[in-house]
Amino acid sequence: MNLPILSILIFLPLIGVFFLIFTKGSEEFIIKTSFRVSLITSVLTFFISIFLWINFDSSTTSFQFVQEKKWIKDFINYKVGIDGISLVFILLTTLIVPICIISTINSVKLRIKEFLISLLLMETLMLGVFCSLDLFIFFLFFEAGLIPMFIIIGIWGGEKRVYSAFKFFLYTLFGSVFMLIAIIFIFYEYGTLDVTKLLILDIDKNYQNYLWLGFFASFAVKTPMWPFHTWLPDAHVEAPTSGSVILAAILLKMAGYGFIRFSIGLFPHACLYFAPLIFILSIIAIIYTSLVALMQKDMKKLIAYSSVAHMGFVTLGIFVFNGNGLAGSIFQMFSHGIISAALFLCVGVVYDRMHSRKILDYGGIVNKMPKFSALFLIFILASIGLPGTSGFIGEFLILLGVFKYNYFVALLAALGVILSACYGLWLYKRVVFGKITNSKINDLVDLNNKELLVLTSLVLLTLILGIYPNIILDTVSVSTDNIIYIFNEKTNIKMTFND
Amino acid sequence: MIEIDYIYPEIFLILSLLILLVLGVFKKNSYDLIKKITTICFLICIPIVYLNNINDLVIFKNSYAVDSLSNYLKILILISTTFSLIFTGDYIKIQKLDKFEYPLLILSAVIGMFLMVSSNDLIGLYLGIELQSLSLYVLASIDRESEKSTESGVKYFVLGALSSGLFLYGCSILYGFTGSTNYYIISESLKISTNIPILFGIIFVIIGLAFKISAVPFHMWSPDVYQGSPTSVTSFFALAPKIAGLGAIIRILYICFENIYLEWKAVIIFISIASMLLGAFAAIGQTNLKRLMAYSSISHIGYVLASLTTNTKDGVISAISYLNIYIIMMISSFACILLFRRKNIYFENINDLSGLSKNHPVVAFCFAATLFSLAGIPPLAGFFAKFYVFKSVIEANMIYLAIIGLIASVISAFYYLRIVKIMYFDDQKNKFDDVETLGIKFSILVSSLIILFYFISPSFILEFVEVASKIIN
Repeated sequence: MNLPILSILIFLPLIGVFFLIFTKGSEEFIIKTSFRVSLITSVLTFFISIFLWINFDSSTTSFQFVQEKKWIKDFINYKVGIDGISLVFILLTTLIVPICIISTINSVKLRIKEFLISLLLMETLMLGVFCSLDLFIFFLFFEAGLIPMFIIIGIWGGEKRVYSAFKFFLYTLFGSVFMLIAIIFIFYEYGTLDVTKLLILDIDKNYQNYLWLGFFASFAVKTPMWPFHTWLPDAHVEAPTSGSVILAAILLKMAGYGFIRFSIGLFPHACLYFAPLIFILSIIAIIYTSLVALMQKDMKKLIAYSSVAHMGFVTLGIFVFNGNGLAGSIFQMFSHGIISAALFLCVGVVYDRMHSRKILDYGGIVNKMPKFSALFLIFILASIGLPGTSGFIGEFLILLGVFKYNYFVALLAALGVILSACYGLWLYKRVVFGKITNSKINDLVDLNNKELLVLTSLVLLTLILGIYPNIILDTVSVSTDNIIYIFNEKTNIKMTFND
Repeated sequence: MIEIDYIYPEIFLILSLLILLVLGVFKKNSYDLIKKITTICFLICIPIVYLNNINDLVIFKNSYAVDSLSNYLKILILISTTFSLIFTGDYIKIQKLDKFEYPLLILSAVIGMFLMVSSNDLIGLYLGIELQSLSLYVLASIDRESEKSTESGVKYFVLGALSSGLFLYGCSILYGFTGSTNYYIISESLKISTNIPILFGIIFVIIGLAFKISAVPFHMWSPDVYQGSPTSVTSFFALAPKIAGLGAIIRILYICFENIYLEWKAVIIFISIASMLLGAFAAIGQTNLKRLMAYSSISHIGYVLASLTTNTKDGVISAISYLNIYIIMMISSFACILLFRRKNIYFENINDLSGLSKNHPVVAFCFAATLFSLAGIPPLAGFFAKFYVFKSVIEANMIYLAIIGLIASVISAFYYLRIVKIMYFDDQKNKFDDVETLGIKFSILVSSLIILFYFISPSFILEFVEVASKIIN
């Protein structure tokens, strides 16, 4: 196929941005058109990604839809291409963004046009991250997301928005700086930044640890892993609903994707060397942040901490280096993307009505909002990992993978599942059930059609994925097997060489 | 007298300076006319310099180089000076600085800079430095009624004279040991032998030049001078003199001192690290925009010097392309700063910008893009500049320098972000005046378009610079 379909996919939202920039007129007109334009572009992008999915050949390990173009002379090419793993994340991104845009109409009151511009900009950058096959391009997209996200948190956030915007920006910038050094060093040593070439290459064992740490610095902040996670709750709490959704559903996944693609692919020895570190950090993330989540008084903060715990599962699954763990991690990221997006949307729904995120202000919502309560329950259960929902599949596969690797780690990780049930159900109990203590709750109105549409479609997705996970697993299986195969090959060859 | 053909640009500028000086004396209220003619002279001079670029020559008994590097830097000087004349039109009128000497002083400073970037001889370099600096001292205090402007002029003069003295002392030591002031001869004799006193000479020379580009620890003058001088003058200070100073430094380090790389490397590394870190930390507490820009330019100079420590051609290329992008960012930021005016009063405090994004969305956007670019966030131009620098530094096996530089850039991101925060997140204040002048709009538009869309073809500047630095081995 000669059509540069991936580039079209990546840059289509930018076209929407250009339209938005030049819309002028009365306030109402601007809101209406910008809403329409951005919705149309994001839905179009979604269709393109579906088209990609249909045309995707899931039986081959090579990158598909590859497009390459000279960019900076001699050393950097613009190269994009996808395999099964990228495709899953692309689907997630293009799916979540239209949902964000629909939810924007309720949650964002001022400067809607600018908000939508930042949102579409984010979409382009995130798609770029998942498609890029050149480390430099990857870094460019990875980093550039900082600016629109800074703006989103800073302008449309809550009270402490400036603090959290700064924290988010500086933390992630600080992390990425080390990745940049590692990237330049790789170029200096091996003369190429082309991922497909680097994946075959055996990077010198002496450098691997340092380079791995350089990448880790960036990914650990973005994942976020304990103890680098402190920016996340602040950023989440203060971001507007759709900002939170983007942040939780897609932004965090960029780091997971980075771990799979680059850390495992490029530095297998270092991965083996540092795996215990990852395990310790992940276990702490799972147990500690679950406990922290238990004590939160703020709904959004609770969900944010639960995200950290769930991402702990993801990193755990990645670093056990077997097919189950890896596939489980990818599945977990996809399902967490949907579930956390849905949970933040649920919080957004009640926040728009009550203007409070405090758990104490709620109680007895079920009497006034039965539909909402039912949907909210499903998401909470999915987040806990109830069988039949997508959350279960991911956690189960990861635990299976971890179990193969180390019983004890698996045991500790399984504790996290119990804890997530504790905070999830307790949150639900306090918010939805009980007596109505706050008089404002009496005035609550149940979901309107738009909210109902968004939430039910997400419920359907969670259930479908929970019942028939092969939709995702089939797409990724060849790619994950390939990654594991290369990983084993690289590490084994080196081992025999050393012996 | 064939050699004289190669200095047509200088001759052209000197003649126009003399003619305009006479014109200014005899014609009353001739500021407007003279400014226009000066701008046109600069514009005409660009093709003259460009056409001069036939082959690399060192003329006048090896004391004056006319080569691709000097021509490139000269064109850069001319362009940046033209911009700084274009976008300061309003300011000069409103602050009543419209004296005909103003453009003429800039013109004579530019002639000095031409000498600095071309000269292949310490004496020639000294003359260039003095011609430039004396014009700049006067420019700094051109606002006679303002106490601050006068103070900054005097401060600049005293410290500048001191540094010139140090520079001359260094030159005399070098002359005493090598018997010549010519770069080639000095370089040859340094190849044979060096001793401690010669090192003193080298260090004094470097100090003198470091002062001119306000590198730490010789930066003390720059925040005060930046803040005290009229903004139009400050914007000029931030642009052309840096190019000239760095041009002189490149020529000295890479031609005159090429054989004693290990000796000067440590000095430049120290200056570079100190500049990057001090620029990053000291700017955090600043509330005056001009002062903040002074610290910011100190840290940017640190990055340029970092890539000069490599002693490779790549290092020079990345240094010059960094300088290039720095110039573009400075043009954009000073053009924006000159827009912050309400009822003919200019505002320089960063808190005055609060809510700018609501009142003037376009200006706020351009300024924010410039600030993000100064902080080095991809995909803006500043990121690519930093990338080239760190690439060349890592290729020269100095990873520690790259790490320090990048950490400094994270720290400095904080204060750039603070301005963005004030513009975008804080409450609205009164509107600033709308500016109708074309010059300032044009400058902002051009520079921020380059900053924003640089990523489309990031090797665009590199290719020019590569040609320019072909004389470096």
